[in-house]
Amino acid sequence: MSTVTFRVFRGDRNGGELKDYTIEVQEGMVVLDAIHQIQAEQAPDLACRWNCKAGKCGSCGAEVNGKPTLMCMTRLDTLDTSKPVTVRPMKTFPVIRDLATDVKWNYEANKKIKPFTPAPNTDWIMFQEDVDRVQEFRKCIECFLCQNVCHVLREHDEKTGFIGPRLLVRTASLEMHPLDVENRLDMLKNEGGIGYCNITKCCTEVCPEHIHITDNAIIPLKERVVDEYYDPILGFFRRLFGSKKQTQAPSSGQAADD
Amino acid sequence: MSTKPVTGIESRKTDRQDAWWIEPLFTVLSLGLFGLYAFWVALNRQHYEYGPYLSPFYSIPLPGVHAKDLDWLAISPAFLVLWIPLGFRATCYYYRKAYYRAFFWDPPACAVPELRKAYKGERAFPFVLNNLHRYFWYLSVPVVAFLWYDAIKAFFFEDGFGIGVGSLIMLGNVILLSYYTFSCHAWRHLAGGCLNCMSKHKTRYTLWQRISRINESHGFWGVVSMLSVWFTDVYIRLCSMGTITDIRLF
Ligand code: SF4
Ligand code: SF4
Ligand code: FES
Repeated sequence: MSTVTFRVFRGDRNGGELKDYTIEVQEGMVVLDAIHQIQAEQAPDLACRWNCKAGKCGSCGAEVNGKPTLMCMTRLDTLDTSKPVTVRPMKTFPVIRDLATDVKWNYEANKKIKPFTPAPNTDWIMFQEDVDRVQEFRKCIECFLCQNVCHVLREHDEKTGFIGPRLLVRTASLEMHPLDVENRLDMLKNEGGIGYCNITKCCTEVCPEHIHITDNAIIPLKERVVDEYYDPILGFFRRLFGSKKQTQAPSSGQAADD
Repeated sequence: MSTKPVTGIESRKTDRQDAWWIEPLFTVLSLGLFGLYAFWVALNRQHYEYGPYLSPFYSIPLPGVHAKDLDWLAISPAFLVLWIPLGFRATCYYYRKAYYRAFFWDPPACAVPELRKAYKGERAFPFVLNNLHRYFWYLSVPVVAFLWYDAIKAFFFEDGFGIGVGSLIMLGNVILLSYYTFSCHAWRHLAGGCLNCMSKHKTRYTLWQRISRINESHGFWGVVSMLSVWFTDVYIRLCSMGTITDIRLF
């Protein structure tokens, strides 16, 4: 048993401060345990969001020693506890209180993505090789750590023209779906702002589900956008023979579940 | 219990305690030194050949054209080939990550603040041109094919077939360059990634799966193939200058 100091952000969207709490820690503890112990022993009003303590609900995202991570999956023995351990809320979203942030923007931005649209009278037979790629994307637990770390949102606050890596992953899961006939390339290029992404891969580095966000979702989508808008030779042939891709599929106009 | 106010200055620095700066530093040093070396080699116009060995910097991707036949050119014949690998690497998804982080600090490392506020990403000139990566891939395939031709030629000495250390270095170099070229993201897309229904395209699906496997290490192939190009040139140059002697193994 040893003592560790945690430097925890206390405050709200108007500002706040880092407060030091020193607690006794046990072997096998994770940062979320430490936060709960601080709540129990020293600061009952310390706000944090959590649910499963198993890295599956995606609620407990925070920044531990400057690194975006799930508090419930960050063991203390992976940190240097000889110095105070800093715990801050996710920087990209407005703080509600202490470690809890308001991630509502993600659900608003999600509405830009047209829902799953099968062709009329679809034959619902799919083969495993058709859905392998999409299944990787379905592992997402919506922790929004990738949105938090993405410099386009974090540093440049581009929340109007860019949907962020999580929603690019969701778009990829629809665009690559073997039974979907909708075309989301125009959205990706324009209001989705895929061109803002400079594939610097921070989203992939922080994803707790180890989804290959850039290699398997964003870059393949960028290549599809190139097919449609930036490849002069393909464009020439498309004008000659007409686009294979459907540009206007029937849409319910609302962001339904994929 | 002590308190520490959150100041504006604090938000401009990172709480990260690890050595996040090592990766951008490595990129700046390796790309910077390689760039300077490549430029010097191109201007130098000598010692690019030794016996059957030819430096990759002077491998002209035109049938029947050898760099030494182009001595009359005002510019170095190396520039006739270098713009292709330069364009391929400059628009490559791995190198884009590396130089955006290391040279532009967009961002220097994850969750580390940037230096500048204005940012357009790949939506505007010049970086919008990175969307033309696939064209550089098309051009790189013949360059690699000619390097294979050079590597095979490196096994045929004046006295017939043989194996020298230089032959193996040239072979190793072209293998690494092939891994790099054929693990490209644009090629992965063209080969099968653009399809939605893989079950209807079995051959392309198999090809896509193979490319995907080596694509996972695309950055690794990018770095080692760059080092091997440098090393191959250094070896041939030193042999040609008489500084070292090529060893014939067979
Ligand atoms: S790779 Fe693109 S989406 Fe991912 S963090 Fe970097 S800029 Fe954002
Ligand atoms: S993609 Fe990964 S990091 Fe992003 S929200 Fe989903 S699980 Fe979290
Ligand atoms: S508490 Fe559910 S992911 Fe951490």
